[in-house]
Amino acid sequence: MPQHFVAPPQWEWYIVWYFFLGGLAGGAYALGAILRLFGDRRDAGAARLAFLVALPALAICPILLTLDLGRPLRFWHMLIDSRTMTLNFKYWSPMSVGVWALLIFSAFAFLSFLEAVLGEERFQLFRGAFGRFLLVLGTISGLFLAGYTGVLLSVSNQPIWSDTWTLGGLFLASGLSVAAAALGLLTRLSAGEESTEVKLSRADLYFIVLELALLIAFFVSLGTMGTRLLEPRWLLLWALVLAGTLVPLVLRRLAPSAGPAVLASCLVLLGGLALRIVVIFGAQT
Amino acid sequence: MARTVGFFTDTTLCIGCKACEVACKEWNQLPGHPARFGDGYDNTGQLDEQNWRHVQFHERSTPKGGVAWSMMSDVCKHCALASCMEVCPTNAIIRTEFDTVYIQPDVCNGCRDCIAACPYHVIGFDETTGLARKCTFCYDRLQANLTPACAKACPTESIKFGDLSAMRDIAGARLNQLRGQGMSEARLYGDTEYGGLHALFLLTDKPEVYGLPDAANAVLPSRNNLRSYLGSLAAAVLGLVGAVIALRERGGKE
Repeated sequence: MPQHFVAPPQWEWYIVWYFFLGGLAGGAYALGAILRLFGDRRDAGAARLAFLVALPALAICPILLTLDLGRPLRFWHMLIDSRTMTLNFKYWSPMSVGVWALLIFSAFAFLSFLEAVLGEERFQLFRGAFGRFLLVLGTISGLFLAGYTGVLLSVSNQPIWSDTWTLGGLFLASGLSVAAAALGLLTRLSAGEESTEVKLSRADLYFIVLELALLIAFFVSLGTMGTRLLEPRWLLLWALVLAGTLVPLVLRRLAPSAGPAVLASCLVLLGGLALRIVVIFGAQT
Repeated sequence: MARTVGFFTDTTLCIGCKACEVACKEWNQLPGHPARFGDGYDNTGQLDEQNWRHVQFHERSTPKGGVAWSMMSDVCKHCALASCMEVCPTNAIIRTEFDTVYIQPDVCNGCRDCIAACPYHVIGFDETTGLARKCTFCYDRLQANLTPACAKACPTESIKFGDLSAMRDIAGARLNQLRGQGMSEARLYGDTEYGGLHALFLLTDKPEVYGLPDAANAVLPSRNNLRSYLGSLAAAVLGLVGAVIALRERGGKE
């Protein structure tokens, strides 16, 4: 078993919510872009909803990150070296990379949000091949944001976090699943296109399978170290994680758009949050 | 005056007086935490933002069946390849002209990534100042050509200070001397770990007993970059393929 003598960084609730909202924002943008690029006209409403969700969810992230700092007014030290006043970028430090990813993704999320608010007629940036190119770039940066959060944890010497290669992928899959669930719910609430809701439900099915596969890989890669996460105090959270994956897996197959789909989406959201809580707190105690 | 400095802490000479802890707190104006009284002589507990030296107390069995007490004054190792410095996103953590690792208090913004990275449980988060703090190797004293407070105060010269190359020589000679006297369990820690530490330790037990990862476990955070990003990339590709399959147009009429 790996030896660990490291102190916990006390990354707590601000970080839990940042990881959750970052995953939601990145996942929502990706789904919106794919609906736009590969869907038909009936999916336009859900794609618009995705872009309307991505920016507000993302906008909370830098606030949470800033509040988590010991010196919030020095948040800009992440971007600019305060001694030399030159740009700060360390590709080998995920926190440094992540701050830039957050900034770059914000630009795409903002532009797509503008388009969603103003409409394609009044905001024509996303038309044509250039528009599709922008959507692809936005998707890449959004998925990067959803996934790098796991890499950030792993690039440390913390027990569990640094003992697995799976966290980035796990959070990315969970972010996509959470986003599909949120969009499914919003599509229903806004009395949107039912066929799109069914498609989102099917997409979530794939994301859940991916997430479950990575959860298994997570515990396999941890080996005996994983037993730390299975102490009684974490079992309720793991129950929520399983309820947010296994139950929706069944419900989504049974009824992709009716009442069970609403329940499935709520469970996915809860499970996505529980996953981040147990991974973040579980390694630091 | 630039030079490459080092500590050599010889645990066989430590008597557990904690003069190093007191001198460190006195010089660096660290009020410390309220003392904790447990079942031993260690009421400091750990290295953190207030404790930049920590005298550990260990009971161990000797090869001849007896029990020996070994004390070790722990400190920041000022690693040549420093995990904290590697992850620090603000460049607050720098290498000084003395080849030591220093957290610039005017640059640090308290993100605590360094705490997650340090394999030696050295850095602590100061709630009062909102900064990550640790041993500075008495940077101000070094600049004035003075010995760090801990080494200056140590009454048994368990903590030695000088040029790193000299410390290595002294440590090597001491190891040979002890082994020559039959102390086969004596070993040196810090010669190779993290590119060579600037705080060498002469130990009488396995490193992990003192809270020091052994050579196989003394690894840098960046070791995980590639495999974690590749895992994320694989998940992203699979997720996107799934999303495109599920969300693509159905082919039917609207």
